[in-house]
Amino acid sequence: MLKISQLHKSYPIGDSSLHVLKGIDLEVESGEMVAIMGSSGSGKSTLLNIIGILDEADSGEYTLDGVEIKNLNEKKAAIYRNKFLGFIFQSFNLINYKNALENVALPLYYQGLKRKERQEKGKFHLKKVGLLDWAHHLPSELSGGQKQRVAIARALAAEPKLLLADEPTGALDTTTSYEIMEFLQQLNDEGKTILIVTHEEDIAEMCKRIVRLRDGVIMEDKRVNQVRASQYV
Amino acid sequence: MFDLDLWREIFQSMNKNRTRSLLSGFTVAFAILLFTILIGIANGLGNTFQEGFADDAINAIFINTGRTTKAYDGMQAGRRIQLKNEDFDYINDEYEDKIQYSTVRIFKNVNASYKGEKSNYSVRAVNPDHQFLEKSIMEDGRYISQLDIQNKSKFIVIGKLVEEDLFLSTESALGAYINLSGIQYKVVGVFSDDGNDNEERIIYMPASTAQLLYGNNDYIDSITLGYNPDLSVDEAIAFSNKLTKRLKDRFSVAPTDQSAVRVNNMALQNKGVSQLQFGLGVIILVIGLGTLIAGIVGISNIMIFIVKERTKEIGIRKALGAPPRKIVALILIESIFITAIAGYLGLVLGVAILEWANPMLEDYFIKEAGVSTNIVVSATIVLVLAGSFAGYLPAKKASRIKPIVALRND
Repeated sequence: MLKISQLHKSYPIGDSSLHVLKGIDLEVESGEMVAIMGSSGSGKSTLLNIIGILDEADSGEYTLDGVEIKNLNEKKAAIYRNKFLGFIFQSFNLINYKNALENVALPLYYQGLKRKERQEKGKFHLKKVGLLDWAHHLPSELSGGQKQRVAIARALAAEPKLLLADEPTGALDTTTSYEIMEFLQQLNDEGKTILIVTHEEDIAEMCKRIVRLRDGVIMEDKRVNQVRASQYV
Repeated sequence: MFDLDLWREIFQSMNKNRTRSLLSGFTVAFAILLFTILIGIANGLGNTFQEGFADDAINAIFINTGRTTKAYDGMQAGRRIQLKNEDFDYINDEYEDKIQYSTVRIFKNVNASYKGEKSNYSVRAVNPDHQFLEKSIMEDGRYISQLDIQNKSKFIVIGKLVEEDLFLSTESALGAYINLSGIQYKVVGVFSDDGNDNEERIIYMPASTAQLLYGNNDYIDSITLGYNPDLSVDEAIAFSNKLTKRLKDRFSVAPTDQSAVRVNNMALQNKGVSQLQFGLGVIILVIGLGTLIAGIVGISNIMIFIVKERTKEIGIRKALGAPPRKIVALILIESIFITAIAGYLGLVLGVAILEWANPMLEDYFIKEAGVSTNIVVSATIVLVLAGSFAGYLPAKKASRIKPIVALRND
């Protein structure tokens, strides 16, 4: 599904540069649920951005679903993001003047689907996250957990190969966090490949594999016995 | 291609951010409003100028003679120069290609009477071309014809006010016989004139008739020409200068004598007027364009602010797979749309204000202030261009937003 080898990335800071990723090798199979852990500054978000084609590596190879991601122009990058990837963010990143359904249907607009189809698919995915009744509510009328579920529905709407979650529970209380994790586990059970960046141990334990980053290199990469979130809910 | 979904996106964004849209619209509407009113007033001033000189044809050249003031060629000063038919023919033969209209003028004063009514009038004995040079408008009947000149007919064409005086508005003057200082003339036409009222208290008769009946000579009081309108102003002035020189030679008048042969060319006056009008036009255009540019800069500023405000939204859209082209379209079309609609409102409002203020403006030498369809159409095109111009830089800026940067500041 995803193969990264010898990935390097540095950011210029003034005259010098900060070497953030120092040769990352990572392989993720289809159907995996991987937690990427590390303290702030370890490079975990940078890695996720590169995987998400939101940023480009300085050197190294990156293959996503058999397609080499290299030297993409903006247009190509947009198409790949739309086709391959679903994003879930810590701060939800819903568009505040669009209602839940319109937010969920937005990636479908960029896929070029007809309005009617977008509405149907959007409703289907909202139903999946249990928010069909809230379809015409604005994000400001939803709770944090509901917002994140709308965001998950949006990420799912385009039927991506890979779900990328950047601290998906970072802005939520524990109960709501576990609800979200339960839902992500369900999605994983259905066969979705999921990558979660987090710095919370309990969240990481709910994945099937934990990759620990420190100072731009992978320190540890281990499979764990998944803790089911349902037992806490 | 018409992209309904794109328009839906744009309307949604404008609708949800009404204050923002209204503010940017207001800037443009106000700029266009000022622009329209300025141009309208400029046109009104132009109309007033034109009006002032509309009485006579703008290409007229008047030739008058008087007494010499300088001794020349062995002759004393104070000699009277008299124009004659042969001089008129000479000018026409010599400058055939430069002359559009030509007429002689002989002035008389008559006591006119019809039935019980009597009054004093000026008579101008002229050739048919005089109608075009004086811009007489036929209200009834016809003007003096070439045939009348040949036959020395006792026909007259009278001004509208003459008809009102003598016929008391009770009957038509056409075909009636008026007694002018003892001679009966038949009225063949009634005319009106855009100039002052005195122009409509004039009686025209064939030049040849006047020469026969009043003195039996071939004297002419003055000659009026209309130069070929194909001539430029400078060419027309050159022509009248040459004509003056030739006539002075013909009458053996000193070249420096300003009174014996006088040639007045309207082109000279027109040149001054059109220069004044041009200058005024330039000033108003500069102010108008300045206002317009201020409007464009205004909306451009607001669009830049909008892009800044929407940075995160644009980042989200890009993360969800929006290609740069669609981001540019989103911002650009919103800008063009607001500019076009608001600008058009400003234009309509401006025209309405001009219409409403027109009667009051006439006291300030501004007549029929307004904008032509041409200006409206080109202003609309300018608006759309302005909208694209104002929106382009912000749109480009928006399309360059990197999603990670936009989404970073949580």
